[in-house]
Amino acid sequence: MLAGTEDHLVNYVMRRLIQAAVIMFLLSILFFALVNLAPGGPLSGYGQARKLPPEQVARLKRQLGLDQSLPFQYMVWLVGNDWIKVDLDGDGIPDSYGTRHGILRGDFGFSFRNRKPVMDEIGIRLPNTIYLMGVTILVSLIVAIPIGVISAIKQYSFFDIFVTTFAFAGQALPDFWLGLILILIFYVWLKNPFTGEPLLPAGGIFTANAPFSITDWIAHLILPVTAGALGWLAWYSRFLRSSMLDVINQDYLRTARAKGLSQTRIVFKHALRNALIPLVTLVALDLPYIFGGAVFIEMLFSWPGMGLLYYQSALQRDYPVLMAILIIGGIAIILSNLLADVLYAYLDPRIRYS
Amino acid sequence: MDQNTFKKLELLPDRLLEADNTVRIVWKRFRRHSGAMIGSVVLILLILGSLLAPLSPYDPDESHVLERFQTPSLQHPLGTDALGRDLLTRILYGGRISMTVGLLVVGITLSIGVTIGAVSGYFGGLIDNVLMRITDAFLTLPSLLVLILLSALLREVDIPLLQQSSVLTIGVVIGLLSWMTFARLVRATFLTLREMDFVTASRSLGASPLRIIVRHILPNAIGPIIVESTLELGYAIIEESGLSFLGFGIQPPTPSWGNLLSNAQENFIRYPWLSIFPGLMIFLSIISVNYIGDGLRDAFDPYKVLQTVGEV
Repeated sequence: MLAGTEDHLVNYVMRRLIQAAVIMFLLSILFFALVNLAPGGPLSGYGQARKLPPEQVARLKRQLGLDQSLPFQYMVWLVGNDWIKVDLDGDGIPDSYGTRHGILRGDFGFSFRNRKPVMDEIGIRLPNTIYLMGVTILVSLIVAIPIGVISAIKQYSFFDIFVTTFAFAGQALPDFWLGLILILIFYVWLKNPFTGEPLLPAGGIFTANAPFSITDWIAHLILPVTAGALGWLAWYSRFLRSSMLDVINQDYLRTARAKGLSQTRIVFKHALRNALIPLVTLVALDLPYIFGGAVFIEMLFSWPGMGLLYYQSALQRDYPVLMAILIIGGIAIILSNLLADVLYAYLDPRIRYS
Repeated sequence: MDQNTFKKLELLPDRLLEADNTVRIVWKRFRRHSGAMIGSVVLILLILGSLLAPLSPYDPDESHVLERFQTPSLQHPLGTDALGRDLLTRILYGGRISMTVGLLVVGITLSIGVTIGAVSGYFGGLIDNVLMRITDAFLTLPSLLVLILLSALLREVDIPLLQQSSVLTIGVVIGLLSWMTFARLVRATFLTLREMDFVTASRSLGASPLRIIVRHILPNAIGPIIVESTLELGYAIIEESGLSFLGFGIQPPTPSWGNLLSNAQENFIRYPWLSIFPGLMIFLSIISVNYIGDGLRDAFDPYKVLQTVGEV
């Protein structure tokens, strides 16, 4: 990169982050409003609240601060209430300092479901999702890159036509249906010839109460990763094929060929490197959607990650958890967009920030 | 389309630029795309099937406990479900729901997206800036998660029209979260076209902005809009079925492909056909729509017209 671009980069990233903060602020208001304007209010998800006598509900509302105005509640949600007196015992008189730190300080409150801090729960679940989806992305790229390259070099060959058709079908396969079919084939129908057990496990990260074994962990990955990766794999191989085709026909490759470079060197050193640039950007842009797919995959394969947590929380109206995951999801989208822009400019020296 | 495209188009014989000829060329080129043709046939069959669903001898909702879990046979080509209802009949009725939601979503995204894109691109300046920041904000929403939250919330709300029909609710919710592609697409076309001479000409003749937008600029964007609408139909079908699969979409007893799949889950180890066929319908409709979109994109591509000008 040219001298001075680092300054541009820092300026550009700073400006984008400020924009992102504004958008996140608006989104936080939107999510807060959605949950609080919900029928029955946020208490509708609070366990047995519907069956309590009215005076107890009123007391609970005072204790949770739900008797305050919405803007005030929003402020408490954002910055916490450990600096103001609140009515903890619900007798109508503010007596002691609050305990909430607010989401700006990483406190998303307590889950309605198990009364534990939301962040603790997310701290346990998030690594599981990153693990599953990380492997999914890795597998889809490792398979898609050679497929895309070969179909581009051998355009209109049998391999190319077969793969292109297959990729088209792969993109149209709903991952939840594919997951069901995979469970049916590899868990229900096919059995391990030695033990008579199902060929592949269809739930969880590892076998409970068994000593750690790497094969067990890998076996548990196969079905959920296949179900999650196939669609992305299809999409990336198609994308790489067309970006390889764009590159292959450019002048500098003709020059390379004229210089007598070998085909392998041309394809991998010159063409692939340039064709990968848009792919890297695309993967960065897709990250949130790949993680979004975790809702289906984790639900089907009982994978204790964020997607399953969101699904269970939505079923039980566990609003504090839902809000936390929505906010994290929004931040993830903004950051991956920014990452895509920065990567693109970094990898392609023709791009300049403005 | 950029200026270059227009320059190249001018090189074409005049007859190719006439409107009715354009339709003919597009159709001719579309017909040659075998994937798109097969896709169209499959999609038409699916639509016909769901339209003709009432011809089935079975009622989609009435249960016959004695006939539950029958394997596929001549009487019940796709077998029966846990309540003894004919699966084929329910799939055909489910197709009505999935297609209706799909068309509803396309209608909503088109009206919001095209309006915002056209206004933004034509007027530019502050309006453009504000509208595009709103579009950006919508693009930042984790759409699947918001979709789940909204459908879970709306199920409880007492809005008269929405209460009675989960089809309408789901269609509106998906539509409100997916118009952004249209807005950007249409805006981009308007940004290039509003500087062209024919726009200046009609402005100097006293045409109102509305007339220029609708009569003069919009028709030039029709190709990409049609292609995008087709693909949007596919997205909508997959989103509806995903949402129904999770239990936040169309509620039983009304059948949709997604909730048929979800209901089949309890018994699918012993009765796998219950989950195979509804999923197959989702797959078939999405792949057809994608092929049709692909064929339309090729057919509308002006560069392709140039390359194959000898053929036309």
